[in-house]
Amino acid sequence: MSAKLLIANRGEIAVRIIRAAKELGLETVQVYSKADADMLAVQLADEAVEIGPAQATKSYLKVGTILEAAKSTGATAVHPGYGFLAENAGFADAVEAAGLIWIGPSGNAIRLMGDKVAARSAAHAVGVPTVPGSEGHVKTLAEARPVVEQTGYPVMIKAAAGGGGRGIRIARDEAELERLVPQASQEAAAAFGDGGLYLEKLIEKARHVEVQILGDGEHVIHLFERECSLQRRRQKVWEEAPSIALRQETREALCRSAVALAKAVNYKGAGTLEYLYDDITHDFYFIEMNTRIQVEHPITEMVTGIDLVREQIRVCLGEKLRFSQDDIRLRGHSIEVRLNAEDPAKGFMPQPGTIGRLRVPGGPGVRFDSMLYSGYTVPPFYDSLLGKLIVWDEDRPSAINRLARALGELVIEGLPTTRELHLALAADPDVRAGRFDTTWLERWLEHNADELGGQVGH
Amino acid sequence: MAKEILSPLPGTFYRKPAPDQPPFKNEGDAVAEGDVVGLVEVMKSFHEVKAQVSGTIQAFLVEDEDAVMAGQPLASLD
Repeated sequence: MSAKLLIANRGEIAVRIIRAAKELGLETVQVYSKADADMLAVQLADEAVEIGPAQATKSYLKVGTILEAAKSTGATAVHPGYGFLAENAGFADAVEAAGLIWIGPSGNAIRLMGDKVAARSAAHAVGVPTVPGSEGHVKTLAEARPVVEQTGYPVMIKAAAGGGGRGIRIARDEAELERLVPQASQEAAAAFGDGGLYLEKLIEKARHVEVQILGDGEHVIHLFERECSLQRRRQKVWEEAPSIALRQETREALCRSAVALAKAVNYKGAGTLEYLYDDITHDFYFIEMNTRIQVEHPITEMVTGIDLVREQIRVCLGEKLRFSQDDIRLRGHSIEVRLNAEDPAKGFMPQPGTIGRLRVPGGPGVRFDSMLYSGYTVPPFYDSLLGKLIVWDEDRPSAINRLARALGELVIEGLPTTRELHLALAADPDVRAGRFDTTWLERWLEHNADELGGQVGH
Repeated sequence: MAKEILSPLPGTFYRKPAPDQPPFKNEGDAVAEGDVVGLVEVMKSFHEVKAQVSGTIQAFLVEDEDAVMAGQPLASLD
């Protein structure tokens, strides 16, 4: 296997991809904006190319400039990471049209799975359950009313073209529906150029579970599930593998459904199928597929022993999957916490800055995926993720103890981080007992956020 | 020395509330203390830039969507 891999991303995931590529013996090219010349990925890559000013719209989102960088360096493959252009079908097509290898599923698979309504139809076609809701795009109140007769209240209203929880509204009665549907449609038209909406039943005691899959365009395997119920503003904060909520037969049915759906679209690469799990009825419902490597992929690596980024690169470079389903075994429990440059005691206000002292935790079962080094200035232009602390242990209680121990070793000076939040969560009785749903953290923060100050950087 | 409006934070400066809307303020406009003259985006969160003094905007010293540093002058006032 030979390729020269261009990384069309930044931050911790660029570092992660370079590590995988080096282990596979591939050459690496890192692109970077003017604000990112000092980033760790630039230091670790074999070559680096500046692609424009700080703003992502003028650098990391510039398809033409990235393809020129590939051409000028002789890169033969492009890894998009997550975010930026990772789920942009047009970029996937452009990479392939330029004669390069795209490390991801085809543009058509991205297009299909990126549209919530189309993805839902694909799920129905292979018998995968979805949350009761609209079968097509809804644009008016008249179209919304018959849907709500099926779903009942509360009902969720989303932009069909949106993503990452943007523009989601909840109507609890008819008066709210009448107010929110026109508002949401207008906003969707302004934000995405498409006023189409999607309505679905809101499950009140829901856990977020997701299944990791790998495909080579023909065969698909799953690598079990992750649970990411601890969220703030629909952003994941703390993730675990496996989910402690699932009974074994539910886990098997869930993972089988993910494989069936990924096979139906001849999936190539790494992907994640997200589900809601109803803690009361034990039903699960497919919500959407992310056609890329995800932030929280390391916990799956820890419990399966499979390097997902390496396998993703291998299959996209044309190798067949090296594992059959029977080769994949779950062992122990893993937790990842996201370390963001945000101050949990001040409404999670993001704050860039220069890293002073940095003490990275170590010891058995501890992994730190990050872009930080002492003296690094975190730029203000991108998201606030600094890195991820990942632990593995033989079972969940031990993993939480290990997480608390590792967080105790971690020192990041120079800016506020979410470390204090994770220390408090690791000590919380509900978290330790696994008693939470997707709304738990926001309710908890209403009572506890003020006490999360303390060790802010100097 | 002329009065200036300084950026409170490092990030990306926007003169408009949204891409399809007119700027908060134009050159020649009067501003009162506390008036919003732009937004600074820091790590995907948006913060209002308010005039710290009143006056008339003589010139914007940075372009819409420019990268700015904390304390950098954004506009000069008469």
